[in-house]
Amino acid sequence: MKVLVPVKRVIDYNVKVRVKADGSGVDLANVKMSMNPFDEIAVEEAIRLKEAGKAEEVVAVSIGVKQAQETLRTALAMGADRAILVVAADDVHQDIEPLAVAKILKAVIDEEQPGLVLAGKQAIDNDMNATGQMLSALLGWSQATFASKLDIEGDHAVVTREVDGGLQTIKVTMPTIVTVDLRLNEPRYASLPNIMKAKKKPLDEKTAADYGVDVTPRLEVVKTEEPAAREAGIKVGSVDELVEKLKEAGAV
Amino acid sequence: MQYGLTEEQEMIAATVRSFVENEIYPHEELVERTGEVPREIADEIKRKTIELGFYACNFPESVGCAGLSHLEFALVERELGRGSMALNHFFGRPQNILMACEGEQVERYLMPAVRGERMDALAMTEPGAGSDVRGMKCSARRDSGDWVINGTKHFISGADHADFLIVFVATGEDQTPRGPKKRITCFLVDRGHPGFTIRDGYKSVSHRGYKNMILEFDDCRVPDAQVLGEVDGGFEVMNTWLYATRITVATMSVGRARRVFDYALSYAAEREQFGQKIGKFQGVSFQIADMITEIDAGDLLTLAAADRLDKGLPANREIASAKLYASEMLARVTDAAIQIHGGMGLMDDYPLERFWRDARVERIWDGTSEIQRHIISRDLLRALGA
Ligand SMILES: Cc1cc2nc3c(=O)[nH]c(=O)nc-3n(C[C@H](O)[C@H](O)[C@H](O)COP(=O)(O)OP(=O)(O)OC[C@H]3O[C@@H](n4cnc5c(N)ncnc54)[C@H](O)[C@@H]3O)c2cc1C
Ligand SMILES: Cc1cc2nc3c(=O)[nH]c(=O)nc-3n(C[C@H](O)[C@H](O)[C@H](O)COP(=O)(O)OP(=O)(O)OC[C@H]3O[C@@H](n4cnc5c(N)ncnc54)[C@H](O)[C@@H]3O)c2cc1C
Repeated sequence: MKVLVPVKRVIDYNVKVRVKADGSGVDLANVKMSMNPFDEIAVEEAIRLKEAGKAEEVVAVSIGVKQAQETLRTALAMGADRAILVVAADDVHQDIEPLAVAKILKAVIDEEQPGLVLAGKQAIDNDMNATGQMLSALLGWSQATFASKLDIEGDHAVVTREVDGGLQTIKVTMPTIVTVDLRLNEPRYASLPNIMKAKKKPLDEKTAADYGVDVTPRLEVVKTEEPAAREAGIKVGSVDELVEKLKEAGAV
Repeated sequence: MQYGLTEEQEMIAATVRSFVENEIYPHEELVERTGEVPREIADEIKRKTIELGFYACNFPESVGCAGLSHLEFALVERELGRGSMALNHFFGRPQNILMACEGEQVERYLMPAVRGERMDALAMTEPGAGSDVRGMKCSARRDSGDWVINGTKHFISGADHADFLIVFVATGEDQTPRGPKKRITCFLVDRGHPGFTIRDGYKSVSHRGYKNMILEFDDCRVPDAQVLGEVDGGFEVMNTWLYATRITVATMSVGRARRVFDYALSYAAEREQFGQKIGKFQGVSFQIADMITEIDAGDLLTLAAADRLDKGLPANREIASAKLYASEMLARVTDAAIQIHGGMGLMDDYPLERFWRDARVERIWDGTSEIQRHIISRDLLRALGA
């Protein structure tokens, strides 16, 4: 089985985000970028499937600016076998919308014929949480979102999903699309031999036009704002005082 | 120097940095408080480093290691420099002088060292011989085909965890027109060997938990098989193998300075006095500007020296300049970082006071700043016959 893992290049989770002066979005100039943390978990899971003998090949795909090849190299250094870069933007500030990404992924999947797509549940930059679901609809494949556990059993996958009330276990027919949640695994560091090998692994470069997908934005960002600053807290001297303050605030 | 790092090199640096942040930082507070690295933590760092193929990455592929270039290894050490030396001692980088092992020494010392099975430490300094290495009194004399070592070494880092020591001792003296000159030989001596004692050294203000030990040799008898390199060839092995490792202090100073800088920068951006962020006062912001400029300069000086080593160009002066500048830069940066933190900078609630203490030794060990200046100036003046 071949596993396809879409990976997105996003602002590093340690970076303090700054809204652009005109409110059109977040300032990404000269900012550290990394692989979307949920995608890292997806890459890790794919490699574990390969190590367990349940997958033969792991292919990482990234759609965005040319610099996303760094993100793909990271996936290769973690252990992915090859990578496909689909250049769809030339400005880091141009985010490719989920529908366009899903359409490009569908085209890649038509060519590659993977048995499983492992994606992050969402990208930490725009928190859309939509690409996996849209891809499922476009392909007519089953989907299992928010996975915290994954078992491949022949032509089915058993997936534990993190839902509001707790955990839900479902069985889906392969091929399928699984979007992964935080607790699925802990991604590994790239090992030094794999870092050295990553350069030699194939990285194909395509464009959105190669797949005939129009990436023109359909959504308009009206305004971007900093989150409201949290107000300073207070210190209380005793449990009684705490209870009193909570009562005052109507919290108990 | 060809400018810029390759994708692989960036990835090596990023991986080590993330290792240090996730596997070293969380234990630092404990080590600072107790002055000890618990066995389990040491073993875990070592195990993970081996798993990732980073253990002994300064050694060549011919002995099963990564064979990093000098530049790549400098990046590894730079990122390690961010973390506690006591802890990242177990992100093992054995002394590459072990490549001089021959015959059965290969299986007894070199291979176990690069596999992380046996740890080494290197002993040159004595109470009476620091900068003046040739002034060493620790000596070995011939006795019925063996060598008998007597004397004391001190300040020996990592000897507390070492399974064997790489020791330089005097094996004779030549009369030269400029006075008597010691002949030096390098020996491999196992922990627990009769006549050899490793005992606790002094408590150092820098790098808590990274201990320096005292070695005592009392009629310690070793066979010829323990000689590393040639008899009386100590300076040759030293020059061949220890030449490049002098860059270590420079690279680590740069990494640590960057970590310290990040604390100072965010504090300047958050702390308010007189109704505004202190970073808005030129008195603070200009310090920030000077700090980062000096850090970048130290970084480039160090990587350029490493690059010269990779190209096989003379690098004696460049390494000395990097060591001198980076270690003194770190002193200035840690001092400024404390100043920017005001009184809190001195309190152990913040790690600044620790970096300030740690910085102090960098100007002393591996050749003091004065000795580096001596090397630099001699290199230039001697060429002109002065
Ligand atoms: C924590 C720690 C760990 C160490 N670990 C090791 C180790 O693992 N192995 C090891 O072999 N050594 C180790 N050392 C020793 C270290 O390399 C020496 O401390 C260093 O070489 C300086 O020697 P010294 O301390 O005897 O000072 P000295 O040589 O006595 O110097 C005293 C002062 O005189 C100055 N001076 C000396 N000669 C000259 C000159 N010609 N021109 C101008 N000024 C001069 C020096 O710069 C210095 O300021 C360690 C030291 C420390 C502090
Ligand atoms: C060990 C110790 C004992 C002390 N004992 C006492 C005591 O007994 N009683 C008492 O009242 N206080 C005491 N202090 C407090 C001490 O006086 C303050 O630490 C000092 O005034 C600095 O204030 P701060 O630490 O809040 O730093 P901050 O005022 O926050 O300063 C942070 C940095 O910003 C810089 N900065 C601030 N404003 C400006 C500006 N306008 N222009 C340029 N730069 C600026 C500062 O120079 C500093 O580098 C003590 C402090 C220490 C460390």
